[in-house]
Amino acid sequence: MAVWEALLELADDHLVLGHRLSEWCGHAPMLEEDLALPNMALDLIGSARTLYDLAGTLEGKGRDEDALAYFRGERDYRNCLLVERPNEDFAHTVLRQLYFAAFMKPYWDRAMTSTNAVVQGVAGKAGKEMAYHIRHAGEWVIRLGDGTEESARRMADAVEALSIYVDELFDSSDAAQDAEKAGVLPVRAEMREAFDAVIADVFSQALLTQPDVAYGQRGGRTGQHGEGLGHLLAEMQSLHRAHPGATW
Amino acid sequence: MYSQGLIGADGRTTESEEFLARFQARIDAEEKIEPNDAMPEGYRRTLVRQIGQHAHSEIVGMLPEGNWITRAPSLRRKAALLAKVQDEGGHGLYLYCAAETLGVSREEMTEELLSGKAKYSSIFNYPTLSWADMGIIGWLVDGAAIMNQIPLCRCSYGPYARAMIRVCKEESFHQRQGYELCMSLAFGTPEQKAMVQDALNRWWWPSIMMFGPHDADSQNSDQSMAWKIKRFSNDELRQKFIDATVPQAEYLGLTLPDPDLKWNEAKGGYDHGPIDWSEFWRVVKGQGPMARDRIKARKKAWDEGAWVREAALAHAEKRQARKMAAE
Amino acid sequence: MVQTTPLWEVFIRPRNGLAHKHAGSIHAADEVLALQAARDVYTRRGEGTSIWVVRSADIVASDPDQAAENFEPTADKIYRHPTFYDIPDDVGHM
Repeated sequence: MAVWEALLELADDHLVLGHRLSEWCGHAPMLEEDLALPNMALDLIGSARTLYDLAGTLEGKGRDEDALAYFRGERDYRNCLLVERPNEDFAHTVLRQLYFAAFMKPYWDRAMTSTNAVVQGVAGKAGKEMAYHIRHAGEWVIRLGDGTEESARRMADAVEALSIYVDELFDSSDAAQDAEKAGVLPVRAEMREAFDAVIADVFSQALLTQPDVAYGQRGGRTGQHGEGLGHLLAEMQSLHRAHPGATW
Repeated sequence: MYSQGLIGADGRTTESEEFLARFQARIDAEEKIEPNDAMPEGYRRTLVRQIGQHAHSEIVGMLPEGNWITRAPSLRRKAALLAKVQDEGGHGLYLYCAAETLGVSREEMTEELLSGKAKYSSIFNYPTLSWADMGIIGWLVDGAAIMNQIPLCRCSYGPYARAMIRVCKEESFHQRQGYELCMSLAFGTPEQKAMVQDALNRWWWPSIMMFGPHDADSQNSDQSMAWKIKRFSNDELRQKFIDATVPQAEYLGLTLPDPDLKWNEAKGGYDHGPIDWSEFWRVVKGQGPMARDRIKARKKAWDEGAWVREAALAHAEKRQARKMAAE
Repeated sequence: MVQTTPLWEVFIRPRNGLAHKHAGSIHAADEVLALQAARDVYTRRGEGTSIWVVRSADIVASDPDQAAENFEPTADKIYRHPTFYDIPDDVGHM
């Protein structure tokens, strides 16, 4: 297992979530969110691009960001299951964002001391972005949780649906463990405390309870995805794959 | 991205001759009119209508390009397109706010759009059928919009002019990214080149129709020109646009789909073939191929977002009540 | 009847050392969302380092009908301006 594969996992997380958020553009509940959601999507896609570029360089086979993004199918994608979950409604979308950012914020903070300069660079930028994503998504979770009867119900449904994908965030695959040993990436399990603190704070204000998760779903890091990812990729890759060798 | 072709604004007004003369004198002196200033009802109504149509065009305009965000063929293009469509949303937002200074709420304007009462630029009722449409829309549709929007930065109504200054600043990247995208296709594989020529064939005539009917057939222009809501006539802007676009198409090695297009030395501009106004009016009247789908998509977003907006308001009330109780 | 979301005026400080300047407006249910919306809408191209938001309804504006009585009486008070006073060039810059 190699370090570049751990970077690929991280890049896939960011691209897939950025893609999901971009699906909202033009369809958000209010115009202000039609601007806020793409801002977050652009943050994520930006990080994905740098990470793909680095992964491709370390792999050393001449694959650039587009080769990695557009020419791998769902069995080869390495993103965690949380980020590929469909948008469903605004409650699902903001909760998914909160979970992801609450994990990535401490992750990037620690990655500031990475032995890899490019990772350090991403960490410096992305840590600030995640801090804002926590605030933006968190404030919405609070409003929806403690808003109307309908919004509280939808928010509780989202917690029920998405909480089973949280544990996977803290797992380190074999590739990730190699990257961690090399000091390139932080140890995933160490984010638990910071993550729990953010979620506990938001949930208490949102009047939400954290469900007991009997069984956390896992599999993204080994290419065992849900059925939605294949459709996402089929759409995303269709044009690029129809014109092999073309430049855009 | 929007261009004139303002349809059906009613500039009639009933104020006294003296009031109108005083107002006209301010306009003629290039004074800006601000929200609380006295203004003829016809002026206010024309502005609400025009700014509203302009805002709706930006919002509906997110849909045809949004159609390709998830399929953009490179990550660089994906980011640029997403940022661009987001900008269109921003432009709609600035414009709704400008219209709100005239005493109409965003919610009221939205209801008018969704009920089909309000018009928007009919160009967005055509479908985006290939990736090349993203380039052509940036190059031609945004290009046409810029022609119209730059003079609007000097519009007599202050909030509209200020919104347009912000819009124009942001819009300058749109046309460039569109043209650059067209270049990547025109100088790419034969399939890519065919794709961009096909897109040009489909969008050329709708783009030049965006400037609205010929001056002789444009009923509301004179009053709008006098009030400096509009500063150039439809035909003047159309001519300027065609003259600017022909050499750009030549550079790309693309053919504009108008056999009658030729340089007229005497007027120092290009002559073009006859415009199919029956198509224009059909699309304006809501018979465009995507008209129903566009409104349906906006209505879906608005209706499905209602519970979110209601929750935010309900939460704000609770916060306020808690704050009061704590004091 | 549709509920309306309150309108807010947004002021941005382009960089420290400059005053906040009116940038535009946004809609938001409360002040926290208003600040976030202002950030997401009006600072996408590095336009600022600080944001103020104020409920539009809370702004008290002077009446344009009183503009003449408010602002024209200052026109003849030219002695408030430095150029009203003649100082010989020999004295130097003052």
